[in-house]
Amino acid sequence: MVPEPYLVQGVKKETGDTYTLTLAPAGGGPAPAFAPGQFNMLYAFGVGEVPISISGDPGQPGPLVHTIRAVGAVTRALCRLKRGGVLGVRGPFGTPWPVDLAPGKDVVVIAGGLGLAPLRPAVYWLLNRRAELGNLELLYGARTPQDLLYRRELERWRGRFDFRVHVTVDAARGDWRGNVGVVTTVIPRMRFDPAHTLALVCGPEIMMRFTLQELVKAGVPPEQIFLSMERNMKCGVGLCGHCQWGPFFICKDGPVFALSRIQEWLGRREV
Amino acid sequence: MDAIETILAAHPFFKDLAPRHLKVLAECASTVSFAAGEYLFRENEAATNFYVLYHGRVALEVVAGGRGPLTIRTVEAGEVLGWLWFTKPYHWRSEARALEVTRALALDVGEVARRCEADHELGYSLLKAYSHVLAVLFRVAFVQLLDIYGT
Repeated sequence: MVPEPYLVQGVKKETGDTYTLTLAPAGGGPAPAFAPGQFNMLYAFGVGEVPISISGDPGQPGPLVHTIRAVGAVTRALCRLKRGGVLGVRGPFGTPWPVDLAPGKDVVVIAGGLGLAPLRPAVYWLLNRRAELGNLELLYGARTPQDLLYRRELERWRGRFDFRVHVTVDAARGDWRGNVGVVTTVIPRMRFDPAHTLALVCGPEIMMRFTLQELVKAGVPPEQIFLSMERNMKCGVGLCGHCQWGPFFICKDGPVFALSRIQEWLGRREV
Repeated sequence: MDAIETILAAHPFFKDLAPRHLKVLAECASTVSFAAGEYLFRENEAATNFYVLYHGRVALEVVAGGRGPLTIRTVEAGEVLGWLWFTKPYHWRSEARALEVTRALALDVGEVARRCEADHELGYSLLKAYSHVLAVLFRVAFVQLLDIYGT
């Protein structure tokens, strides 16, 4: 429960309010291993602590990577850190993406906005095991082209012959030659055999709800659809109860859930 | 079956239409082609065509004053563009620009309307197909209004 001090090795501005921090333990040595989909609690000393998904490559030992949007006091403080700055890290916590289920299946990865950050480690894992998969497709939606994360990486992924990448935005200026339309309109264009598909979904909850409806409509069984729920998490270890969601603690039972496990809770307004 | 009929028969929008109806619609259609950057229609022009895209992509834009043209939707091959006007002459309220070489069938909506008046089964089949498109467009517009990436 005690944060370990980490040094900021690098800061990259992804969009107007989103930054990727590369971190290393202040005491030396590698960061702890993690599974794709897990998160750390990042502590801005003197300000507070927030849960942030790990967004680096789980197969590459080395710096810890976190992509953070500056929306509140703690995240703004974290985004203001420069190279050499110090923050606290606890973790990793949470359930991971079930990438071990992927071999032999088609895999569709659907991300919205900042949701690509927790899904990127899964994409790295899947690309490292590409030969074992059927079709592999990524669908990424954002509000505008200026809000797209990891732009260069997306372009690099699109250049592969074995990975279909669809990018769509809700609105764009005239100089954007990519697709404009909500993510749900792109799902019918993806190539996958519903009965043999693993779907990984992350983004704003409302975006996930519409996406899940389309996937179920397409015939993907709910037990093969996984999403990452993000609610207000404080302790990260299932003690404080802040992230309780019906019978679940998001930090401990999640954040990654099979749709079949939580379907009845998604539409409940009381939670 | 001539070339236009073949395109109609293969297009998803017309998948439930009877062959005799496709023949009638083919008589109201002509093939059109647009280079990248070329406009299919501009705001306030008379809207006389309904476009059936079978190759390429089109950006549907609205002109937003000082903000320049804003793309609100990308229309792809296999989709349709325009409204089926059945009464007065109407005018386009947005603009459509080809993002790449685009080929389409342009259906003369006045002629289609006359044929539907003469054959109500054709009219019903067409409107049934179009009501599905409208339902999807409304749902998409509703989702866009929600600004789902706002938080």
